[in-house]
Amino acid sequence: MPVNATLATYSDWTYAAAVAIYFLAAVLYLCEAAFARPAKARELAGAVAAGGTRADGTWTPGLVAKPERSRAERLGRMGVALAVLGALLQTASLVLRGLATERAPWGNMYEYGSLLTLAAVVTWLVLSRTFDVRRLGGFVLVPIVILMFLGGTVLYTDAAPVQPALQSYWLVVHVSVISVSSGVLLVPGVASVLYLLKTSGRARFAKLPDAEQLDRLAYRSTVFAFPLFTIGIICGAIWAEAAWGRFWGWDPKETVAFVSWVVFAAYLHARATAGWRGRPAAWINSLGFALTVFNLFFINLVTTGLHSYAGVG
Amino acid sequence: MSALLAFLRNTWRGLTAMRTALTLLFLLALGAMPGALLPQRSLNSLKVDEYIADNGWWGRLLDRLQFFDVYASVWFSAIYVLLFVSLVGCLLPRTWEYFKQMRAKPVLTPRNLARMPHHASADTTASPQAVIEHAERRLKGWRTVTRDEPGGGRTISAERGFLRETGNLVFHFSLLGLLIAFALGKMFGYEGQVIVQANGGQFCNSGVYNYDTFRPGLRVDGTQLNQFCVRVDDFEAEFLHNGQAESFDAAIQYQSGADLDTGTWRPYPLRVNSPLRTAGDRVYLLGHGYTPLFTVTFPNGETRTGATQWRPVNLVTLASEGATKFDPPNVPDAEQRRKSQLAITGLLAPTAAFRGELLDSAFPAANDPAVAIDVYRGDLGTDSGRGQSIFSIDQKMVKDGKLTKVARQNLKQGEQLTLDDGTVIRFDGVRDWVSLQVSHDPTQLWVLVFSVLVILGLGVSLSIKRRRVWVRASPREDGRTVVEVGGLARTDQAGYGEEFDALSRDLLAHKEES
Ligand code: HEM
Repeated sequence: MPVNATLATYSDWTYAAAVAIYFLAAVLYLCEAAFARPAKARELAGAVAAGGTRADGTWTPGLVAKPERSRAERLGRMGVALAVLGALLQTASLVLRGLATERAPWGNMYEYGSLLTLAAVVTWLVLSRTFDVRRLGGFVLVPIVILMFLGGTVLYTDAAPVQPALQSYWLVVHVSVISVSSGVLLVPGVASVLYLLKTSGRARFAKLPDAEQLDRLAYRSTVFAFPLFTIGIICGAIWAEAAWGRFWGWDPKETVAFVSWVVFAAYLHARATAGWRGRPAAWINSLGFALTVFNLFFINLVTTGLHSYAGVG
Repeated sequence: MSALLAFLRNTWRGLTAMRTALTLLFLLALGAMPGALLPQRSLNSLKVDEYIADNGWWGRLLDRLQFFDVYASVWFSAIYVLLFVSLVGCLLPRTWEYFKQMRAKPVLTPRNLARMPHHASADTTASPQAVIEHAERRLKGWRTVTRDEPGGGRTISAERGFLRETGNLVFHFSLLGLLIAFALGKMFGYEGQVIVQANGGQFCNSGVYNYDTFRPGLRVDGTQLNQFCVRVDDFEAEFLHNGQAESFDAAIQYQSGADLDTGTWRPYPLRVNSPLRTAGDRVYLLGHGYTPLFTVTFPNGETRTGATQWRPVNLVTLASEGATKFDPPNVPDAEQRRKSQLAITGLLAPTAAFRGELLDSAFPAANDPAVAIDVYRGDLGTDSGRGQSIFSIDQKMVKDGKLTKVARQNLKQGEQLTLDDGTVIRFDGVRDWVSLQVSHDPTQLWVLVFSVLVILGLGVSLSIKRRRVWVRASPREDGRTVVEVGGLARTDQAGYGEEFDALSRDLLAHKEES
């Protein structure tokens, strides 16, 4: 299986461009978050705009009544546009790598991380159409930029065919399902962390959106990703039965997958148990998120197990 | 006695509370973690020994507490069993409740609908009767009851999303089934590994002694293995330029069932990711390595060839180590024989790369095989009663001076060396061996079935919302009819709002036209 070097190079370029553009988008988002007024003040200002009186009672004729979008909002919208562009470039990068190697483009940790972060960005873009949380884009994009930067430098692997153990259609199913669901889970993870900050009662976090919005965002995306993650694990087990001689053997990555599965299941239960809703549930969800990242990095890079296909080391 | 009963009852109640189940679930997760962080005997016992040696009392303490056998430990099993009991305790009353609810009618309309989380109202000229009839049409697909109220009003209680509970129960029961099937599989399954020469070497699953290593489940004594035989005719590997493997192929033949009696062999291309499934067992291609071939010509002119597998020490370049052992020919006297046994040990490189005299392997394929060997003569200790590895010589014999090194040399394929007594050792090349694993797990299909049910149940229970809606139409003094709609999501609130808004709009808006 020869590798098409030209396509592989284009793939690398589009990847780098996507990282740069996400970075810009994150900056714009963060500017919006910094300049935007807290949610309450914004509503009030809207309500009194017709009268021309500001929330604090001062009369400002020309300024407030202007129906034009605020500068902060314009920055945020530019952020969204850039994030969409970045996602398109990143998709192109994955497709090109797939074409260059003539296999599914998620055979090592670099490629797998790219798919995961792409899933997170797309989830974010979709959800921010339903929920009024656009200003949080920066908090989602920053970890994504960091992950992608690490992926593109430390974990980078040249385009190449995969070893015999990975030559199976289960690579297509298992790894794509697992990484898409892990990517989706990044969003509720961030939302739950922000929820914890928002409800911590510190004034500094007052600008964050409504706690209930964050809670619903976290719940909705977990409810979507959890069954997907379960399917991914089961596909892994089916593959393991064919590749490693047993469907479950407590390999480190299997173990941590099991543990994070239990943690996410506990989150869903906690939301239905009196006394566990709200902050406890958000803690559990954040823990699940932390475990997902731990599984990706620690288990791949530090321990050795059957899953050591990451292409690093 | 009654105190004991009360205690038992309280324990049972405590154990089956949702909070306990949740806590146990956490404990299970917490308990599983050390297995990912510490080396485990079941995966790599050498690493465990190393860890214990490196960590002194701490390592021994962990060992005492079964931290190197987490998944077989007393405490992990205890959590597992408690969770299991708790799950059963949760599920039985819930199932009972479920059946009761399924036959019950939707609950009475609350007196004050304005208190419901979702609420809307309007008034209309239509009669209560007409309003309710319209509402009934709109609420098709819901479980409804219509009731009359004192004062001429009429109400509908409607409920939907009962399938959620069904999905939930399926999910939990399947989880239970999965735990049981998994445990049974561990008890009645076995797993064994064996190295077979890839030039027609044979393996038969007729007894434990045929294996190099064998791991039986608790209920397996090894006397009733499924009968089948495998013959490895050929093995082929392909590698990329950087030494990464691209494909492994073992051409095997097998016989099982009636074929055993008729002696029929059936071919099968055994590859990674595509095990042979026969006689209820699975045969996997786990790995491969090289067997160096040596021909020894003894001073009396007799020759012996040795073909013992050596084991890879570098998994990328397949540089291998091992020991090929020979008995001298025609020496009936055991005492005498023990003085002149031969052993060839050292390093085998499938593709030789010499740095000065130092041999290393440059590539995993057998392109240019060479060996760097030490030859020992004397008593190998094979009759000493102590077991010895086929990959090494007994260093104790060397220390005791019973086994002495008589030569050290590098040999490329076809080269030979001569010992002081005139014995000639020739390195003829290499042959492939494959390592096979045989696995037996009688319940794995059940585990799969339950996993699929887990997914289905989960999907249903997370995607369907259980919700109620009530409509009340009551006459007012002025002759108009007040219509009130109230809604309640029985499960998580997320997402009922939109549906309720649409529903109440339909239920209320239509009235104004009539
Ligand atoms: C019970 C069996 C299995 C489970 C529970 C499982 C679980 C997982 C999980 C949770 C991940 C993503 C982890 C992360 O966030 O980094 C993952 C990734 C992956 N799995 Fe599996 N898996 C199983 C079997 C297999 C098998 C049999 C193979 C191949 C022979 C395989 C190949 C991969 C690869 C290539 C990745 C992505 C790259 C990487 O993270 O190194 N898995 N698996």
